[in-house]
Amino acid sequence: MAAKNVTIGSPQIKLLEKLCNAVGVSGDEGEVRQIVLAEVRPLADEVKVDALGNVLVTKKAPGKSARRLRVMLDAHMDEVGFMLVAEDGEGIYRFATVGGLDVRQLVGKPVLVGQSKTPGVIGARPIHLTTPEERQRKIPLDQLRIDIGPGGKAKLGDRATFATKFRRVGPSIFAKAIDNRIGCATLIEILKNPPANVDLCLSFSVQEEIGLRGAKVAAHYFDPDLAIAIDSTPANDLPMFDGSENISYNTRLGFGPAIYTYDAGTLSDPRLVRLLAETGDTEKIPYQYRQPGGGGTDAGSIHRALAGIPTVSVSVPGRYAHTSTLVASVDDWKNTLALLQAALRRIGPELLTTERP
Amino acid sequence: MPEFAPFLKSLLSVSGLSANEISVGSLIADEWRPQVDEISYSRLGSLHGLKKGNFVAAAGDKRPSILIATHMDAIGLMVTQIAEGGWLRVTSIGGIDARVLPGTPVAVHGREDLFGVIVQPPARTLPASLGDGPVGLNYLLVDVGLPQRQVLERVRVGDLVSFATEPTDLAGDVISGHSLDNRVSVAALTVALQELRWKSHAWDVWAVATAQEEENLGGAFTSAFALKPDLALAIDVTFAKGPGANEWQTYPLGKGPTLGFGPNLHPFVHNRLKELADRLEIPYSVEVLPQHSGTDAFATQVTAEGIPTMVIGIPLRYMHTPVEVVAYKDIQRAGRLVAEFIAALEPDFVQKITWDE
Repeated sequence: MAAKNVTIGSPQIKLLEKLCNAVGVSGDEGEVRQIVLAEVRPLADEVKVDALGNVLVTKKAPGKSARRLRVMLDAHMDEVGFMLVAEDGEGIYRFATVGGLDVRQLVGKPVLVGQSKTPGVIGARPIHLTTPEERQRKIPLDQLRIDIGPGGKAKLGDRATFATKFRRVGPSIFAKAIDNRIGCATLIEILKNPPANVDLCLSFSVQEEIGLRGAKVAAHYFDPDLAIAIDSTPANDLPMFDGSENISYNTRLGFGPAIYTYDAGTLSDPRLVRLLAETGDTEKIPYQYRQPGGGGTDAGSIHRALAGIPTVSVSVPGRYAHTSTLVASVDDWKNTLALLQAALRRIGPELLTTERP
Repeated sequence: MPEFAPFLKSLLSVSGLSANEISVGSLIADEWRPQVDEISYSRLGSLHGLKKGNFVAAAGDKRPSILIATHMDAIGLMVTQIAEGGWLRVTSIGGIDARVLPGTPVAVHGREDLFGVIVQPPARTLPASLGDGPVGLNYLLVDVGLPQRQVLERVRVGDLVSFATEPTDLAGDVISGHSLDNRVSVAALTVALQELRWKSHAWDVWAVATAQEEENLGGAFTSAFALKPDLALAIDVTFAKGPGANEWQTYPLGKGPTLGFGPNLHPFVHNRLKELADRLEIPYSVEVLPQHSGTDAFATQVTAEGIPTMVIGIPLRYMHTPVEVVAYKDIQRAGRLVAEFIAALEPDFVQKITWDE
């Protein structure tokens, strides 16, 4: 009898809220790691924090079977943000960006600095003192500062991120760092109700945003038979400025989990793409193919680890990636979790014995 | 945090965009009611509080009166179109540099208040000519996280949109938030009214929270005309020194209010305030204003037959962004200086106002 799927209800939303509000800029994922550890420890067979700070969780299927696949599920814990790099005095700091941030998205935002989450702001020159020519140019990073107030104390090297608070609005979630706390929350939900037919290897990975670095060593540690990277991918489904059809939307919010075929770092294993699509078709779970193109996930480093690991990515679509506030759809998350749970249950040893087409 | 901080924060929690000040006006009226003898609204929506003086004028004469103008309106946005998919296009009310907007949380005042975020659309949906330069207000969108059908039921063209960035206390007793311009001056005037409870004053005091300053000074022009004061004093914010603003027009944060000097302001009244501040040891800067003071003083000076006018400035960083910064003690000092100035006004002060030539 198939185990009952875990779905998205208020405990799941609460967990996602906690994860999104936590601060975990690449290289300083500690707060997220603590939340993850508290969630996974009671459920796992084995939990390890490795040299980079990845949380590596093993959960074996019950009973003995020689023909069971080891499936790695990956979700990165880190988020894009800032690091304080120089002090101007009076609580004013220069900062550098960590991960791919658009400098046009930073001005006018409250931020949280350091592990004490000291509040600060990124301000701008008053419009009254600017010239029209000046307003035609973006404000460069070297003119921006984090201001924590006169006499405020922070350390060089402190990380900072947007002070956005999680909010649920109707069918949508507004939060920072949905990329990729929604992946972390998905892994935790899968671990709560693990499939009986595969051994699960979960990697809550560090440093995805600065080069997929945590997942590289996690794949090496697990040496899995196959891997699925679970992430958040941009939904660029906004109207075109001139009213023409938007043909480069990447993914669309509300159209279900996004299955990757091809991105800047990975050509997905076709057997795994087919597994996911057939699962969706059979179980009537909506899904979409992410438009092939740039971008990428931890799959980029996992599939080339060791002697090669068949890998695919599945993402929850999210609007406004790498900004102070992302928007995701609760239904998309629900369907992502459902698709993954159903697909995992369909994985048998024969999956990888068929040749790659 | 000073005693007036909760009141100031309550003023920041309501909208009150230019010409729609009633939400903030009613909060101010509640606060002023115990301090004043009469409360009324002008035809354009300015709030008038009359605190009577104790000078008994000769038969047929009026007791002299001073008008203190603090504008209560805030800058914001207005819906111009509901775009395909349920996004909103907006225009600005008051002067806004669109470069500070992407990622800013807002309240959309539709048939009900909706939460939303101002978003910079993905580059692929914008004209290629924009490149990585700033994205103008005509291209920015507001996402309220609801399906288009629900947006159309709730939002109409012309609905107001106000900033919803949460105010935060920073280190060094400063507050950060939107609309501190000019709710901090309303707080300063409120501090002055409270101080006047324990002081006798000869003059009538018209405490006025003016409407529409950010667009055309409409409230100040009309209230000054209706109330015909003998003297007018505007309290408004001025540019504080800080990141991006260090030229001659800027004044130190937390080092006291500014006293305006220039053609908009009467030098005799300027000197009286300056001498008083010196005597009371209230720190201040002289703010030189070669032409338009950019405040309600510009209006009151030329109302009716002309009114001797002065302006007191409260230094504020990052003016007209959602993260303006003001030092609490500058608000307190401005309020105290105004109270002391009023209490010291002798019944025949107007007759003493001369031009020293």
